Amino acid sequence: MFWAFTSLAMQGFGGVLPVAQRALVDKHRWLTVEQFLELLSISQVLPGPNIVNLALILGDRHFGWRGAVAASTGVLLAPLVVVLMLAMLAQQFSGQPLVADALRGMGVVAAGLVVSTALRLSMGLRRNALGLWGCGVLLSLTVLAIAVLRWPLVGVVMGLGTAGIAAAWWRLKP
Amino acid sequence: MPEAVMPQALSHFLVGSAGLSAADWLALFVHFLTLSLLAVGGAITTVPDMQRFVVREHGWISDAQFTASIALAQAAPGPNVLFVAVIGFNVGGMGGVLATMIGTLLPSTTLALMATRWGDRNRDSRGMKSFTTGMAPITIGLLMSSGWILLEPTRHHALNVAVLVGLTLLLMLRTKVSPLWPICAGAVAGMLGWV
Repeated sequence: MFWAFTSLAMQGFGGVLPVAQRALVDKHRWLTVEQFLELLSISQVLPGPNIVNLALILGDRHFGWRGAVAASTGVLLAPLVVVLMLAMLAQQFSGQPLVADALRGMGVVAAGLVVSTALRLSMGLRRNALGLWGCGVLLSLTVLAIAVLRWPLVGVVMGLGTAGIAAAWWRLKP
Repeated sequence: MPEAVMPQALSHFLVGSAGLSAADWLALFVHFLTLSLLAVGGAITTVPDMQRFVVREHGWISDAQFTASIALAQAAPGPNVLFVAVIGFNVGGMGGVLATMIGTLLPSTTLALMATRWGDRNRDSRGMKSFTTGMAPITIGLLMSSGWILLEPTRHHALNVAVLVGLTLLLMLRTKVSPLWPICAGAVAGMLGWV
């Protein structure tokens, strides 16, 4: 299990989930597609990195706490070593103008990648019970408080989160 | 290698060069511990608050270093959450990696193990549905804010940055190419002095 998760993590550039689905469902057959989607939706509700949560839950179900440790360290350890070596190299050569320039350019694309995730997820808002207006208001208030006013996240998530969940609770009245 | 250099290089590796005090270490750890449970939708949604804390409030690293940390992590294989380790490394060497990564993972993994059985049974309950429905627009707002904050070091090149971000969006939303390609293109654009 450790090696399976190490191998799938090392193949995932810019997100491990697509590789995880292929490895866990098609190759190892630890999960059916339905089980994978179900695990994914639980991992997404929980705070924290989805793929780590998914590894923990799957490991725990199959082999108890030892499986959870094996799967979650598998998904993190080898990539951690790789990324830290990159970080050390970058630090070593950060005095070189070309390296600094390249990193700055990569940073712009990094921002684009994050926004592309946001846009892809926002397609799901069309089916959101809060309606487009409700979602738009919550989304805009979040951006205003976090990106413009730079308020601390704790207060913003607690405040807007409570409002959003309460509104959803009321709209989802059976 | 001169004798005086080695210990300094080693100490940079172990605890970084920002010279964190004991109180700083505790603050760093506790801050990431708190963010862990707020990271609904992944650690990337807490980027604005990490930046506020390590760049604006404490000045341990610069805007440029902060954004570069995340760009580096995206160029490497593995879970996206590892950008936290790179920020930790740039703030406080291996000590910083431990403080930020343990802080980020401990609460969320504990909760994941406790909640999985409960969540299995209640996935379709009104409470769970209200949670995902109500949090969805906020998660997306946080991701957009993260993107905006990552542009802090380059925002003055407004036009070129807008073009590069636009091209990235086009590639990611309209094609199936690996994100590695736009990242390489970004590196080239940076070296050519476009952004």
